[in-house]
Amino acid sequence: MGKILMKGNEAIGEAAIRAGCLNYFAYPITPQSEVAEYLSRRMPEVGGMFLQGESEVAVAYMLFGASACGARVFTTSSSPGISLMSEGISYMAAAQCPAVLVNIMRGGPGLGGILPSQGDYFQATKGGGHGDYRLLVMAPASVQEAVEMVMLAFPLAEKYRNPVMLLGDGLIGQMMEPVEFPDHLKSEPTNKDEWATNGMDTRGSNKRNLVKSLFLDAGKLNDHNLMLKAKYDRMKQEEIRYESYNIESDYKTLIVSYGTMSRVCKTAIDNMKDEGLEVGMIRPQTLFPFPEKAIYEAASKESCKIVVSIEMSMGQMVEDVERSVKGKLPVRWYGKCGGDVPTPEEVVEAVKSF
Amino acid sequence: MGKTFAKPEALSDQHTHYCPGCTHGIIHRLVAEVIDELGIKGRTVGIAPVGCAVLAYNYFTMDFQEAAHGRAPAMATGIKRVRPDLIVFTYQGDGDLASIGMGEIVHAANRGEKFTTIFVNNAVYGMTGGQMAPTTMPGQRTTTSPFGRNVEEVGMPIKMAELLSTLETPGYITRQTVIKPKYIVRAKKAIKKAFQYQLEGRCFSLVEIVSTCPTNWGLTPVQALKWAEEALLPYYKLGEFKTPD
Repeated sequence: MGKILMKGNEAIGEAAIRAGCLNYFAYPITPQSEVAEYLSRRMPEVGGMFLQGESEVAVAYMLFGASACGARVFTTSSSPGISLMSEGISYMAAAQCPAVLVNIMRGGPGLGGILPSQGDYFQATKGGGHGDYRLLVMAPASVQEAVEMVMLAFPLAEKYRNPVMLLGDGLIGQMMEPVEFPDHLKSEPTNKDEWATNGMDTRGSNKRNLVKSLFLDAGKLNDHNLMLKAKYDRMKQEEIRYESYNIESDYKTLIVSYGTMSRVCKTAIDNMKDEGLEVGMIRPQTLFPFPEKAIYEAASKESCKIVVSIEMSMGQMVEDVERSVKGKLPVRWYGKCGGDVPTPEEVVEAVKSF
Repeated sequence: MGKTFAKPEALSDQHTHYCPGCTHGIIHRLVAEVIDELGIKGRTVGIAPVGCAVLAYNYFTMDFQEAAHGRAPAMATGIKRVRPDLIVFTYQGDGDLASIGMGEIVHAANRGEKFTTIFVNNAVYGMTGGQMAPTTMPGQRTTTSPFGRNVEEVGMPIKMAELLSTLETPGYITRQTVIKPKYIVRAKKAIKKAFQYQLEGRCFSLVEIVSTCPTNWGLTPVQALKWAEEALLPYYKLGEFKTPD
């Protein structure tokens, strides 16, 4: 199959089908409702299941129930909707149920706006729901990358038995780009009989399975949290993904940026190069786990004097960048979050101002 | 001669944590007997609520999921939509189902989700220590209505069976009780019917069961049975409110 021109939201829906996920629950919210519209037509064609829930709260638990009996499941939403799902996400992480959730971020807080934003970085990477849990969070910078990340998200969710979040912004969902779909993944989820409540007859077993998150005994809850932490630590060892840009030059400034914002930064970096000003960039593709070591090493380059986190938020990822740089260099933030994406010229101006 | 009365296979030997005089034990047993009689244990998935029955999976012996407060009908929806062949039941109390989970139960019933809900109504929050529920009777004292439920402030108790039976989507909605042996026999028949409708792929089914909470009502088990009969049953009338036939 060659390249086709496709809107990000629709491509995300199609990618899930190609990842073997035939179960989609959702609630409409701008700017990602096209995923539900696309899949309401597409799922019946491939023998899949589409259900529009009564709220994002309910949708999260539809995912949880379906995942807990072994099905490959996903949903898509946008910022306020993810807030509502966060209760269920905490339960899924606690009960170790795999699921893929896509957040096509819009401006916040509150009802905010419907234009692109990256204001949910904290929510995605630091919690959102209650308790000590983490999501594996991936951030695509193009429609093509969104497709590839969706297809990667399902196997990772199953590998870690943990929800995986794709954190895109409104632009990723709304823009049309050429996209080429990889081959279909193997469609049947595997090795779930150990834990899934898929019915004892299904497993041919007399042993029943329980999916739960309640541990009334303090010691057992602590052990459970240690086990979860070990999984998150393993993600830090095995799942960090990032891209470097102009990192071979003798840059004075290192930008850290992700998603749509990183594409604007690339243009700005090219423009500055033409002027004789070298700027390097690390683009985290996973936001959790975060590429701390790559950023530290890039900041350790002799020529580098300053690190700037550029994001469509009021300075959220910058805290992880500071943590990664470990006080070695000054760390600054530049961003906007009303829905306007900073232009390359504004990025250049900001970089020069530091 | 073999045993003439034994524990259902769908129940474990574990002693329950329920208080003396609580009717959860009876209701658990009825559900388990029905599951045994229908021979469906191996393809049944139960969903425990948040409330006194949160540990129901310690007593039932089939696959179980544990929901967040009020969300069991959404989880049951998730299961039935991806595995229609599984038999799914939620077991929920009145705080869980009629308060925080009102949205989930109404929409699941209205979509005609083909699972069964056992709704245990004892007019009070049990596990959290006897707070006022949407089902608490006018004037009933609880830890959060110390002067009695004031309907001017918080409205009248919600009749879930009647409310759900107004939905146009076909369903099986009934209210039963287990406060006397004759009612127990009827309640079991209703529970069996509810599971049978599910097995036939017919409709959503809900059996509301007027129950007791001696501990939080501040009554002895015998007084609690009497209060349920005199105070609850005139308001929460027994009967079938809706059938798919």
